[in-house]
Amino acid sequence: MIRFTKVSKLYPRSGLALRDVSFHVAKGEFAFLTGASGAGKSTVLKLIFMEERPTAGEVQVGGFSSYEIRRKEIAQLRRRLGIVFQDFRLLEDRTAEANVAFALEVTGTPRGSIAAKVHRVLAQVGLASKGGAYPRELSGGEQQRVAIARALVNDPVLLVADEPTGNLDERATRGVFQLLREINANGTAVLMATHNLELIRHSDYRTIEMDHGQIVFDSAEAARTAIERMAE
Amino acid sequence: MPAVRDAAIAFRRAPLLSALSITTIAFSLFAVGLFGLVVLNIRAALQKVEERVEIRAFVTEKTTVEQMALASEEITKYPEVQRVDIVTQDQALERARRELGEFRDVFEAGVLPASIDVHLQPGSRDPATVRRVADRLRGFDFIDDVRFGEEWLTQLYRLRNIAAVAGIALGLAFAIVAVIIIGATIRMAVLARSREIAIMRLVGATDGYVRRPFLLEGFVKGVLGGLLALLLTWLALEGISQYLSFQTVFFDRALAIVGIAGGALLGLVGSAVSVGRHLRRV
Repeated sequence: MIRFTKVSKLYPRSGLALRDVSFHVAKGEFAFLTGASGAGKSTVLKLIFMEERPTAGEVQVGGFSSYEIRRKEIAQLRRRLGIVFQDFRLLEDRTAEANVAFALEVTGTPRGSIAAKVHRVLAQVGLASKGGAYPRELSGGEQQRVAIARALVNDPVLLVADEPTGNLDERATRGVFQLLREINANGTAVLMATHNLELIRHSDYRTIEMDHGQIVFDSAEAARTAIERMAE
Repeated sequence: MPAVRDAAIAFRRAPLLSALSITTIAFSLFAVGLFGLVVLNIRAALQKVEERVEIRAFVTEKTTVEQMALASEEITKYPEVQRVDIVTQDQALERARRELGEFRDVFEAGVLPASIDVHLQPGSRDPATVRRVADRLRGFDFIDDVRFGEEWLTQLYRLRNIAAVAGIALGLAFAIVAVIIIGATIRMAVLARSREIAIMRLVGATDGYVRRPFLLEGFVKGVLGGLLALLLTWLALEGISQYLSFQTVFFDRALAIVGIAGGALLGLVGSAVSVGRHLRRV
């Protein structure tokens, strides 16, 4: 699903954000991406949805390669991804329903099927009754659920979430995380950047830890190494 | 058509910004339009002066009216010639007395020579052509002198050329300023919706999808701005005309349509450039 091969990213002004990063996330997998602020998590996510291109190395996502992808194809790639941010990125002047429908309209979904899809996905995130509400009328947790609904409505194969619980209280955090688990259980791969160690500690998902632009710990690698060591 | 709906929504959501864009486009085009009107009226005035260009070929005293008639018949056949008038001595005196009212008593019969007055076709009134026709007239042996106000005609054409060059240069400068102002205004509209554009792109909208409503919006604003500019220009001319002693001219239908189409094009190009630049950065 996602494959980083010796990826480095240099920003002209702020310097090296990623150095020689390699990892692989399989189809249907759930993985945490963690590390301190500035460790390179957001850069990894931007490279995944091709908002940025690597300075060196290759990023492969859902069959697209950073080597070859053209600007037009980036739109095609993003239609196969769901992207969620800490600040929700909802359109304030549109209702929850309209915000979700927006993702279908821009991808050219026939108008007749939009309402049903929106209703289904809002029900999936537990907001069936709040479709007519504007973002300002919803709590932080509810706004994030709308953002997740928008990310889900195109049936993505991969959900990329950048600190999705960063602005939420503990209860809302648990609710959103539970939702992401359910989404993953339905077959969508999830890569969640977070520095909420509580969440990581209380789940047994794979954890990739970054520091100063490098991967310093990958629980999948650690498990593999441990198994190899035991086999020896 | 989502683009039509999105453009309509953009107008409804930000009526003040939309009104500001339309007004800016209108005033930019109004400046161009006013300048265009000045050029148009100068041209019309020069054309009126130009119509007075004539060659007066004075004949010798012994020339008969028959000789003059024969010559005028031949001169009429010149392609540059529009009309030929024969002016006898009496008619010349009559004309002089009419034109120089208070000095009418100065002239006496027989003082002024008879002449063949040659009026030229429009497009054949430039100094070189006039000089060429005058030279041909000198070929008749009964022609004593040929006058066409050479110095005056050269000055008139110099003035016309200066007006044309200044017109093009200033018109171009005004148009460039208009493009810059309109571009900046549309850029404001694009920036006001930059969040929406970013979200559109994140959920997989193509550049074409993002661009379309802006292009439509720019086009409509350009047309509305053009219409408003046309109205303002007309009102300005109406206001100024009452203080002017000569008949002013306004844009004809074709020029008015060109103006509005120009506004639409400015809106369209301004939008395309602004959105294009924005999309390249996100």
